[in-house]
Amino acid sequence: MILQRLLRLSGLEPFTLSKEIKFVNVGERTNVTGSARFRKLISEGDYEGALDVARNQVEAGAQIIDINMDEGLLDSKAAMIKYLNLIAAEPDIARVPIMIDSSKWEVIEAGLKCVQGKSIVNSISLKEGKEAFINQAKLIYRYGAAVVVMAFDEKGQADSFERKIEICKNAYDILTKEVGFPPEDIIFDPNVFAVGTGIEEHNNYGVDFIEATRWIRQNLPFCHVSGGVSNLSFSFRGNNLVREAMHSVFLFHAIKAGMDMGIVNAAQLIIYENIDKELRDLCEDLVLNRRPDATDRLLEAAARFKGGAKQQDRNNLEWRKLDVTKRIEHALVNGITEFIEEDAEEARQNSEKSLHVIEGPLMSGMNVVGDLFGDGKMFLPQVVKSARVMKQAVAYLMPFMDAEKLEAGEDSATHAGTIIMATVKGDVHDIGKNIVGVVLQCNNYKVIDIGVMVPTADILKAANEHNADIVGLSGLITPSLDEMVTVADEFERAGFTIPLLIGGATTSDVHSAVKIHPKYSKGQVVHVDDASRAVGVVSKLLSKEQNPDYIASIRNDYANIAKKHEEKQARKSRISLNEARENALRLDWNNYSPTAPSFLGTKVFEKWDLADLAKTIDWTPFFQTWEMKGRYPQILQDEKQGEAARALFEDAQKMLKQIIEEKWFKPKAVIGFWQANSRQDDILLYENDEDKELAVFHGLRQQIKKRAGKVNTCISDFIAPIESAKKDYIGAFVVTAGEQEEEIAKKFEQNNDDFSAILVKALADRFAESFAERMHQRVRKEFWAYAKDENIADEELLLENYKGIRPAPGYPSQPDHTEKATLFKLLDVKKSIGVELTDSFAMWPGSSVSGIYFANPEAHYFGVAKIEKDQVIDYAKRKGMSIKEVERWLAPVLNYDVAN
Amino acid sequence: MSIDKIKYSSRIELLSEIMQQRILIMDGAMGTMLQAYKFDEKDFRANRFVDFPNLLQGNNDILNITQPDAVREVHLTYYRSGADIVETNTFGGTSIAQADYGLEQYVSEINERGALLAREAANLAEQEDNKPRFVAGALGPTNRTASISPDVNDPGFRAVNFDDLRIAYGEQVRALIKGDVDLLLIETIFDTLNAKAAAFAIDEICQELDIIMPVMISGTISDKSGRVLSGQTAVAFWNSLSHVKPFSFGLNCGLGATEMRPYVSELAKIVDAPLCVYPNAGLPNEFGEYDQEPAMTGGLLGEFADAGLINIVGGCCGTTPDHIRAIASAVKDKKPRTPPTYEKAV
Repeated sequence: MILQRLLRLSGLEPFTLSKEIKFVNVGERTNVTGSARFRKLISEGDYEGALDVARNQVEAGAQIIDINMDEGLLDSKAAMIKYLNLIAAEPDIARVPIMIDSSKWEVIEAGLKCVQGKSIVNSISLKEGKEAFINQAKLIYRYGAAVVVMAFDEKGQADSFERKIEICKNAYDILTKEVGFPPEDIIFDPNVFAVGTGIEEHNNYGVDFIEATRWIRQNLPFCHVSGGVSNLSFSFRGNNLVREAMHSVFLFHAIKAGMDMGIVNAAQLIIYENIDKELRDLCEDLVLNRRPDATDRLLEAAARFKGGAKQQDRNNLEWRKLDVTKRIEHALVNGITEFIEEDAEEARQNSEKSLHVIEGPLMSGMNVVGDLFGDGKMFLPQVVKSARVMKQAVAYLMPFMDAEKLEAGEDSATHAGTIIMATVKGDVHDIGKNIVGVVLQCNNYKVIDIGVMVPTADILKAANEHNADIVGLSGLITPSLDEMVTVADEFERAGFTIPLLIGGATTSDVHSAVKIHPKYSKGQVVHVDDASRAVGVVSKLLSKEQNPDYIASIRNDYANIAKKHEEKQARKSRISLNEARENALRLDWNNYSPTAPSFLGTKVFEKWDLADLAKTIDWTPFFQTWEMKGRYPQILQDEKQGEAARALFEDAQKMLKQIIEEKWFKPKAVIGFWQANSRQDDILLYENDEDKELAVFHGLRQQIKKRAGKVNTCISDFIAPIESAKKDYIGAFVVTAGEQEEEIAKKFEQNNDDFSAILVKALADRFAESFAERMHQRVRKEFWAYAKDENIADEELLLENYKGIRPAPGYPSQPDHTEKATLFKLLDVKKSIGVELTDSFAMWPGSSVSGIYFANPEAHYFGVAKIEKDQVIDYAKRKGMSIKEVERWLAPVLNYDVAN
Repeated sequence: MSIDKIKYSSRIELLSEIMQQRILIMDGAMGTMLQAYKFDEKDFRANRFVDFPNLLQGNNDILNITQPDAVREVHLTYYRSGADIVETNTFGGTSIAQADYGLEQYVSEINERGALLAREAANLAEQEDNKPRFVAGALGPTNRTASISPDVNDPGFRAVNFDDLRIAYGEQVRALIKGDVDLLLIETIFDTLNAKAAAFAIDEICQELDIIMPVMISGTISDKSGRVLSGQTAVAFWNSLSHVKPFSFGLNCGLGATEMRPYVSELAKIVDAPLCVYPNAGLPNEFGEYDQEPAMTGGLLGEFADAGLINIVGGCCGTTPDHIRAIASAVKDKKPRTPPTYEKAV
């Protein structure tokens, strides 16, 4: 048997640079010279944080990580040793090989003494002469590492093709003949230099590198070529668009010439085909030195490309000339559905079986998508679009496959594992869950989504029926946290052992570790805080090799979290409810005259202009829904996610236009005003003008020990107390974008268009929020009219620089969701606008917002935070509920553990 | 094959030649055999250490000095049972391991004596049947790890580092070479970085003495996770040490033949050196004893040979001369594995 001479490295696991791998992207964020963030972490001694940087790179798919501690103010050697020793204790990082990167030999050697795997030294050269070079190479070999050799000798750094190949050839001969270094363990770095500098001699640097690469790979058998690409575009600093295009063009040609490794900022790479054709040609002219005026022409055009919305030219159909496999990949990566059925059909005719089209070109295309996403080159909305293309292709092939299966009597296609997804009982929110589902499907997991408001028994049943490997629970409102505990408890009782994933806006590591995890000892609870982590978590859980270590590390983490939580609890001092009431907010009611609203009782709005609502949409949370963090509109210009953000925003605008023009949603609202007075922590509402009690809003009071001069607030403090003998007023509202959203989303899903299904829901949410904002404005200026003269432009509404507040039950100022029942009764919401409450007091349809209006200029948002048992007992009495029931609904804000 | 030393410029060429033709046999457990002598504290000390301040019982390596006849006799018994290679009784012969007894300053003597005893046994056996016998100087893992912190609260801490190990192994290697071993065996590796330090030390010394000393490398997969204790998979472990160009590479201890087989077969595909395997006599029973019968061990390892997986075979914990006899007879006349070779470099 003959073994190929391949670069074979190892961390805890082996890595072979096989011929199938065209290019290895070395993780570059653990480098103090390249990452300001990493430098800060290391210089502040935050090694925990620094380990996360490494871990994130590995989780995102880095096959090797480069570690560099060369910083003037650091003890580089000590930092290298400490960091490598810590990495050795983290199996999820240590599994990949390390590239020990330093310009100081003593740091390199210290690093080599810390790694058990076969690593790469970056770098050595002939700069200091042959003897030093040989000595270092011999030692590296003795330590069992591969080596990067820079094209540098005593005469200097090689710039021309001739110098590059001369030095590399010389180094190769010395290493292979005099040192006995295995040629497959040599990686040449022939120096990437800046082009387009205005100096004529620099014009050919790109070509020199690419041609030297080609020569090296052809003439120096088995070795490799690497390089740091960002130098190339140095003279175009400040214009990232042009820089990225130059890098992509350069890599495209360099990889073809044989460059098989590189330290590249993956997040800033644009796909070669996606570069604007004109820009690409200009970059190619420059990088490949095709015309003498290339620099001037690119400089001239650069201004046009700078910053402006980078449009990928949809009309450019060059890619249609590729072979069908490449076309399918292109369609998947770029999310183009237009030709997918046509291409699927062509691929089907070329295949023996339809299934092979899925297992072949479609899956490998999705793997490309998965890798790009893992490397941070694609973002969530783009991946969801890729999934849409995939689904449509599969839907097209399905009838053929069914027929073939019937013929052959075969079983269904293979997949990596079955995952049940559900939003728990009482909760209707599912955007996040749907996104996770799509991402998992993209990675070849079979996802069975059993919908929203799923009772525990149905989750168990589905897990059994489908022989699930993992179950994922989602929830957005706080009562869902308690439901998840119930599900975990039932899993334990039913003897389940499969992992239980927890996700959704209110879920947290602490809640999962302290409340859910202890209920399910036979299996493992894992909190997944965002969709991009889901695949990593699932693959580790389902990997026989990684599972035990991973579970052990989660258990360890959760034990630590629980311990820290306990310690923190003990430290927090609360005061008694009586003391808190003594320290209540006391407004000067004598000098306050409440404004009477324009009407008392309720008013229903059956119609509202969608275009009016579109004006006050807050886009920042919209991007958060897609796990793109950053404020709108800055996010559109963000260096890293700007392109994806712009594309998503454009899709959203397109759908928004359609929503408005075709009146997809029918927004409705109901508002009401009543006379009211506060009685301690409660607010009494009166019928019309009479003194007869109509309803009570119950408040919860802050019990945290405050500094002198700070008060313990409750919402009732914003309403004139009975003792003031002044009639005050309160309002309430429910707005909804309408129930149409559900049906529209379903239609998209049926057309295998998850992207649009998620998009329409996300937009419906934005409409509801915007509606609440707009309605509040109308209330202040018109319906309650306590601020008639308010003059705030639409775009500034979101800053909330106005008088009065509209807190919602279930949120920080009054964390009890059950108060919504009173609000709904007062407004007769179901009858007036068709919005209902679920068992957990979530609103259905989901795109609805409710709240209570306070007009007092002193009213402000605050957080009740944790409360003590004395308040729970008092509150239960006021609400006519049992203590147990109150403890259940207020579980997230209790400052004590409820005995089971 | 009879000894025809003239034909070979060195014993190692002779060994390599034999290895081309048949599967070589290693010895079995040393500790179990020495236990049979029921030595007490007095025997461990003998006259030499009669006043030594620390207790020495259990320090098998010191027996090279205090009970040389017993050690030589065990070696001879294994040679007579069919072993071509025996390991010196120097598993704990580093200053790091001997520090437990305060015997650091006797390390060179322990190793040199250990090597000479094995050599004497080899000479006796060769005189009996004229079959060539070989001595492998054993380098154990020490009781410290360079990749793992012993303190769970301080994962960056190391009780021993690369240079400590390199120096300690260097001392042991010099003494073994002086005692005339034919090969060196880095064995029962549970931390690859320890083994890299040992190999580094060997390379340094061989360069200094201008000799070529073949190195056998043998790792320990600690359980069915398929990893060495420091976390590497079998192939990752090989990638880390392939630069040593070992005389043989393989696995010992930790597992019985059955449990070890998947990892042996994984290594067989990629290791371009002869493969050497010496498992325990099965897994320990509930009393911690190894009770796999010799015929069973022989049968299992015979199958390894049938599958073309091995070049050198023997036994580790719980194996006895009877096991070695059974193994030798099971692999007799079976073809040794042909290791894969790398494509030509130029």
